[in-house]
Amino acid sequence: MIPAAFDYTRATSVEEALGILASDEGAKLIAGGQSLLPLMKLRLAQPARLVDIGRLPELRGVSKLDDGRLSVGALTTYAELMDSPAVHLAVIRDVVPAIADVQVRNRGTIGGAVAHADPAADLPAALLALDAELVIQSSSGTRSVKADGFFQGPFATGLAHDEILAAVILPAPRGDAGSAYASIQQRASGYPIAGVAAVVFVGAGGLVEGAGIGVTGVSDHPYRAHEVEDALVGTTGTADAVAAAAALVVGDREVSADIHAGREYRAAMAVVHARRAIEAALARAR
Amino acid sequence: MTTMTTDVLGAPVRRVEDPRFITGHGRYLDDIKLPAMTHMAILRSPYAHAKIRSIDTSAAKAAPGVVAVFTGADIAYNPLPMAWPAGGASGIQNNVNTPRALATDDVKWTGEGVAAVVAETAAQAQDALELIDVDWEPLPAVTDAEKAIADGAPQLHENAPNNRVFDWQVGDKEATDAAFANAAVTVHQRLVNHRLIPNPMEVRGDIGWYNPGTDEYTIWMSSQTPHIQRLLLAAFVMGVPEQKIRCISPDVGGAFGSKIFCYADMALVLHASKAIGGRPVKWVEERRESYGSTIHGRDHITYVDVAATKDGMVKGLRVKTLANLGGRLSTIGPGIPTTLYGRILSGPYKIPAVHCEVTGVYTNTTFVDAYRGAGRPEATYVVERAMDLVADELGIDPAEVRRRNFLPPDSFPYDNPSGLLTAVNGSKLYIDSGNYEPAMDKALAMAGYADIAAKKAEAKSRGKLLGVGLSTYIEVCGVAPSKWIGAVGEGWGAAMWESSNIKVHLTGKVVVTMGTQPQGQGHETTYAQIISHELGIPMEDIVVQHSDTQGTPFGYGSYGSRTSNVGTGAALKAAAKIREKARRYAAHMLEANVEDIEVEGAEYRVKGSPDKKKTIQEIAFALDLAFDTPEGMEPYLDETAYHDTPNCTFPFGTHVAFVEIDQETGNVELVRYVAVDDVGKKINPMIVDGQLHGGIAQGIGQALWEEAVYGDDGQLLSGSLLDYALPRAEWLPSFELDETVTPSPVNPLGVKGVGEAGCIASTAAVANAVIDALSPLGIRHLDMPFTAQKVWGAIQAASGGSGSAKGGEA
Amino acid sequence: MAELHIALEVNGEQREADVEPRTLLVSMLREDLELTGTHVGCDTSQCGACTVLVDGHAVKSCTMLAVQAEHTAVTTIEGLGQPGSLHPLQQAFWDKHGLQCGFCTPGMIMAAADLMAHNPEPTDTEIRHAIAGNICRCTGYHNIVAAVREAASVMREGAAAPATNA
Repeated sequence: MIPAAFDYTRATSVEEALGILASDEGAKLIAGGQSLLPLMKLRLAQPARLVDIGRLPELRGVSKLDDGRLSVGALTTYAELMDSPAVHLAVIRDVVPAIADVQVRNRGTIGGAVAHADPAADLPAALLALDAELVIQSSSGTRSVKADGFFQGPFATGLAHDEILAAVILPAPRGDAGSAYASIQQRASGYPIAGVAAVVFVGAGGLVEGAGIGVTGVSDHPYRAHEVEDALVGTTGTADAVAAAAALVVGDREVSADIHAGREYRAAMAVVHARRAIEAALARAR
Repeated sequence: MTTMTTDVLGAPVRRVEDPRFITGHGRYLDDIKLPAMTHMAILRSPYAHAKIRSIDTSAAKAAPGVVAVFTGADIAYNPLPMAWPAGGASGIQNNVNTPRALATDDVKWTGEGVAAVVAETAAQAQDALELIDVDWEPLPAVTDAEKAIADGAPQLHENAPNNRVFDWQVGDKEATDAAFANAAVTVHQRLVNHRLIPNPMEVRGDIGWYNPGTDEYTIWMSSQTPHIQRLLLAAFVMGVPEQKIRCISPDVGGAFGSKIFCYADMALVLHASKAIGGRPVKWVEERRESYGSTIHGRDHITYVDVAATKDGMVKGLRVKTLANLGGRLSTIGPGIPTTLYGRILSGPYKIPAVHCEVTGVYTNTTFVDAYRGAGRPEATYVVERAMDLVADELGIDPAEVRRRNFLPPDSFPYDNPSGLLTAVNGSKLYIDSGNYEPAMDKALAMAGYADIAAKKAEAKSRGKLLGVGLSTYIEVCGVAPSKWIGAVGEGWGAAMWESSNIKVHLTGKVVVTMGTQPQGQGHETTYAQIISHELGIPMEDIVVQHSDTQGTPFGYGSYGSRTSNVGTGAALKAAAKIREKARRYAAHMLEANVEDIEVEGAEYRVKGSPDKKKTIQEIAFALDLAFDTPEGMEPYLDETAYHDTPNCTFPFGTHVAFVEIDQETGNVELVRYVAVDDVGKKINPMIVDGQLHGGIAQGIGQALWEEAVYGDDGQLLSGSLLDYALPRAEWLPSFELDETVTPSPVNPLGVKGVGEAGCIASTAAVANAVIDALSPLGIRHLDMPFTAQKVWGAIQAASGGSGSAKGGEA
Repeated sequence: MAELHIALEVNGEQREADVEPRTLLVSMLREDLELTGTHVGCDTSQCGACTVLVDGHAVKSCTMLAVQAEHTAVTTIEGLGQPGSLHPLQQAFWDKHGLQCGFCTPGMIMAAADLMAHNPEPTDTEIRHAIAGNICRCTGYHNIVAAVREAASVMREGAAAPATNA
């Protein structure tokens, strides 16, 4: 319950935070702290220094870019996301209420969730399905990467120690799009046993012209299921086509197992919820 | 002037406790801060079974803020007592291995305490724990009771061969064997009543303070039983004269049985305070820590056999149970699966022959003792599953099977023919009262039971399996008649009187002190309602005090719904004594004969002269000043009474659970819950309903979500609230409650008790509902909890799929 | 570890404390500011007993550092209302028997206060979702839901009615 002792610095600018990260291997960023503090209370994480970026104005806010996409500042809380134009994306409306509870959604940040990269966090599934971009800052400049490929392992990402995740770029809502998130929760922790986000683009004649499938809880990191997307595109989204595509959601990935869900059950739940998410997304697109 | 006070007995009076709780002024253990107080943290075993070769505390002793570090070798106290042995009938006596303040030579479960740090702050104590170096010799562990009694299993205690704590039996073996020999139909089932963790929202904690100037110990403890703890700590553990120890329970944030017991930490904080020269020592367990430092509940493996006629009349019940009691025994661990389980296995049914054998087993797990219902939910689960199995075997509706087997209303007081409720000295309990069919009929009507087929079809059209489950339970409340409990054969050897003192002060205000100890039940309200009714004094003029061995009469504490039956009996007697003395003094004041004084509410009047009267307040005023008392009369309206119940009380009812199962995921949703309970007369119906709601939710939790899971190596895999699922608001519906009222002849107010009823009934109702939902797939039984994975596995297996109940290797 | 001096508003008053960086907000409230109405029920941020409002939003004070609360406005159960001037939620919990042991109650009420601020007319489903982060072991939630429903009704009437002394 009591974290191990650490030094604390409240950063007054992104540059200051980046400077500390560059010079102190033991420094760790904290924003909302909803993922990090529970680990620290159990002393599973014992950072020597916390750099609090929670009050940096340049990391706050949701704004519309010139191309219609949304730039969501890393410090945007889940609750704020629901009060932003991002709610026009159905998958966001689905996924946010599935995350933890009101208290966590009031304090937990989008950037924190992405950077922490819990293998069973809900939000990354939606970001993968939406083909979101991540804006990353370091003292050498700013770079953008796709969410796809960013999550690399349990609590491991493409973020270097001296970088800060500054924003998440969400696509502009499209008239031909439908999206949804479906999951089954582990009752005690509230984390998904399997969670699948689906985005589909449906053209004339009901043809599926594009798809994004993000999966969480199933493997050691959230991933984008290209196999499912490829199988879906070009079909008219019949029940059979959806089921056939959903069946590919696990592939040859190593499936996680614990007392709540063995490999077989978890894999089966990934398939069921892939199908449900795709069907719900298709229904919304039509 | 009239002095009539509104009669509040039986009224849904708002609780007098609540203003402090809703405004943040409750005072729980961890809210108490004493001058010079230190903080203790306990190092706990990471192994389920290991020898302690050595412990190096030198680095911890040198750490910042550390005042002292203790190991088991530093503490000369005795092991904790075990107060309720089983054994007796079979001649095999109860083996007794209990914990010490800190383990000395070896540990028997993960979480057993081995060293303690006392420091200036809680953080410093926590930090220093990491500096203690224990040299362990890990040993093989066993956590499953069936495996633990098998040949070749790891042995926990040299003096307990095959890890057997006791072999106990009750009932009529011969008659039961005969019933099976003659049976038209028999059914057999292995039932697992899995292990639970009580999880009151306030964890346990203690503050120990030794005063070197008086050589006296004071301990604040989050406990249901401060009086018993004083006795046990003094006489059995510490070897300190009882008058030198004072135990205080502040506001207790829930307990559900888990705070009845004598725990190692209680002795530890007192030892530590003395050892450091008398500074107070506070210890509060953390939630994860509590899973190894506070008892668990249930954990039975049972083989049940039922003998029945072709029309579903149950003629014999044979039960063999292994009760997992953990690595060492808790205070009354052996009493739960024996007296409180085996003796009520016939439930509300007229079963002519019952025989039950129970074996208590040591395993490398946290010790097991009373958790809400304590034995009675386990028994109800066995008999209620048995009724459904008989119904399934014979193709008779489960409600009809129950109806045919109910004890008829003219059976009471009912003497169980197999002697289940008979002690070895011949002392008996009787089922005091009952009228089971009307309660069931009411519940079935509320549930729309006649239309179940249509409801199931509707659910099926949505892709869901609907199941309906019944539980027609009885509860046993108000433990217990002393003559019976003292000689029941299990050798409790102690009486269970309850106590009450009432003082009407000079100003007419009343202080009631009770030996019982609330943990959220609203005693301060309900006792005040009773005393107000009995003495005609407004509730707001009455305060109810409890929970401090200094100033309250000895009581056995609150559990098993003792308060509503035994505690109220004591309060009523004390009030009667007050009335009688007031009457005698009124006669003196009014210059009348005592026989001529009639009492109505607060008024004491001379018969036939209605103007000649005194109120109890006037009497108290005069009798407190006491300058004019009749010869031989002592001052004050101040009376103490003790009550021993002549019998237990037996609430009953019918609960109906509706579940819907998602066939693709195995997810079970509780969609509706109907309950008709008969708890006799009610002191406060609002509080009664609240007890039922909470009990129902806990029982549902067991059936659907809660489970303590150990790995084969003895690690508790459900070791925190991240893996042990407590019921949450989103998973439950609002409950539909109704009642029948059959007053208990045992209790003067006709009340029975309600603390455990919901929990006793609901687990079986939900289990029966889940299995009813799965029965179209050919599934006849599945063990709890009905997690999505387990139900999915069963569905897969039943439909020829590849799924196993474990959902693949975990 | 050096202590940090922080200032914040608690229940409408300016308060200050010296805390270690690792001090959790709940510890500062309970130990330093002696506001013991906020409780700790678990160690894994699951139970919600420690819920307080920070700048009007419900948060778990066990999952926030005290230093993170610097210059914020914190409301605890003590600041919501006191005997004689109860908040409608407190009154409704009392009237509807929405508590038994009382340990989860302060956090439960603060979570419900967050709901009231966003949703003046919640359905039972919305109430249950809003308190999903708060565990009660005593009530089965039945009367808690009834209490929140009642408080919402009272607060709507209060908001609709012209200001009076009633």
